[in-house]
Amino acid sequence: MISIKGLSKVFNTKDQEVRAVDNLDATIESGEIFGVIGYSGAGKSTFIRLLNRLEDPSGGTIDIDEKQISSLSKGELRLARQEMGMIFQHFNLLWSRTVEDNIAFPLEIAGVPKEERKKRVDELVELVGLAGRGNSYPSQLSGGQKQRVGIARALANRPKVLLCDEATSALDPETTDSILDLLVDINAKLGLTIVLITHEMHVIRKICHRVAVMEAGKIVEEGDVLDVFLRPQEKVTKRFVDQVMGDPDREDSLALIKEKYPLGEVAQFHFVGERTHQALISELSRKFQVNINVLHGKITQTQKGAYGTLIVHLDGEKEEIDRALEYVKETSVEVEVAIDV
Amino acid sequence: MFEQLFPNVRVEDMITATNETLFMTFFSVLGTFIFGLLLGLLLYLTGPGGLWENKFANWITATIVNVFRAIPFIILILLLFPFTDFLVGTIRGPKAALPALIVGGAPFYARLVEIALKEVDKGVVEAAKAMGAKYRTIIFKVLLPESTPALISGLTVTAIALISYTAVAGVIGAGGLGDFAYFYGFQRNSFDVVFVCTVLIVIIVFIFQFIGDFASRKLDKR
Repeated sequence: MISIKGLSKVFNTKDQEVRAVDNLDATIESGEIFGVIGYSGAGKSTFIRLLNRLEDPSGGTIDIDEKQISSLSKGELRLARQEMGMIFQHFNLLWSRTVEDNIAFPLEIAGVPKEERKKRVDELVELVGLAGRGNSYPSQLSGGQKQRVGIARALANRPKVLLCDEATSALDPETTDSILDLLVDINAKLGLTIVLITHEMHVIRKICHRVAVMEAGKIVEEGDVLDVFLRPQEKVTKRFVDQVMGDPDREDSLALIKEKYPLGEVAQFHFVGERTHQALISELSRKFQVNINVLHGKITQTQKGAYGTLIVHLDGEKEEIDRALEYVKETSVEVEVAIDV
Repeated sequence: MFEQLFPNVRVEDMITATNETLFMTFFSVLGTFIFGLLLGLLLYLTGPGGLWENKFANWITATIVNVFRAIPFIILILLLFPFTDFLVGTIRGPKAALPALIVGGAPFYARLVEIALKEVDKGVVEAAKAMGAKYRTIIFKVLLPESTPALISGLTVTAIALISYTAVAGVIGAGGLGDFAYFYGFQRNSFDVVFVCTVLIVIIVFIFQFIGDFASRKLDKR
């Protein structure tokens, strides 16, 4: 568990004092994927660099598994850092070393004997899906492959915590997804805690369990990814949610629906982390004498199931429609009828 | 044919002179590499944002480097006569040229080393820190290997400057091709000797350039 209390970082520039991280509190549970999202300048990059003290805090404490990181001496800090992996936006591989030697580097630092190093490197190359590329140089790899090397390197000393500093921001969408899948995979297989920062809500949606939204050095909103998606409180959070759920056509579409479907019932289904009733629409039409017409909507998958909204038109006997809606209410899908435009 | 074109050139003398030049070049490059690398590392590490950031140490190192780089080489040799005498026991011959060559070459190379190190990606140094590397590890396993091609091309440039310095040192009595061209060629009005010495020096320079370029290219995996 990582517990952060009153963490601050102040940069003194020539003409002003910048509070990059401002009296921040947070708790990150062991084994979870914790995402921090914010626009550039929000302080998220400084935040993650404070966790392994690439930046020294100006105030506050950081505890990782009973060890107070913020008060370690230089020597102790070096040892503590060997138990934390970090991956970077621009990979930061040594171009002068092959893939294998890059992955072996943290093992050399930790003083692992050569034989054992070789064995561990082979395992890691396999784990991140780079078998056969071990003797290549980074310049011969694609961005996604480079990040895989970065991940293998970060995992070499079997860390308990993995810090990801905008790890996918330099990658194209497809490669981003494959790297994110790898992170989920590693999180499940090795049970390590992942802290990642990003400016892409897509990344949060796809792999995080919990999310914190940062603005001006503070966490302005925090919670389970699904809750934050469903009920974003702050303006900045809403903007991030819109990145992935954004639906500019919704208003127009609702107006048209009102006009076109005066009969029957128009209802809105909110899927909130639904797992069991993913085939809800066909379930309804099988169980009840209603015709269902999907009019508008967007469903997206998160770590905790489906999330999104569908607007449907139900046609049939009034009683049958009501029974169908009652049935839906018993699932975790939220129903809203008679929608306002 | 050769004797007609170059009546004053004696092959054995040329070989001796060439050997002296090669001797001076080789050992001065070696000395310059060692001291220049140390000075360059010191400049970089004590500089702003460096691992041992220290304004005072940086200022001292930079001043030493700048002062010695500012002194014209021929004056530096004269200035170092007492030092050379103390160190080598004589002020004549190829050995006696080495202290001046190294003192002249090292600060020059130090600046090139500093530039080479500044080119190393800061992110890589940061990654090594995040892995818990000691400063020593960062220097020997990150900074130096990552800057190797630039260190070598810098050394090539320095070596070629040193070859021309050996010719200057020759005039003060260090021996070598410069010495030979001046005393046996120029002063005796035998321009064929000057010409042959020139050709030999140019060939040596070309060889150094070729080796340097080749090594630098071979080691660059970017």
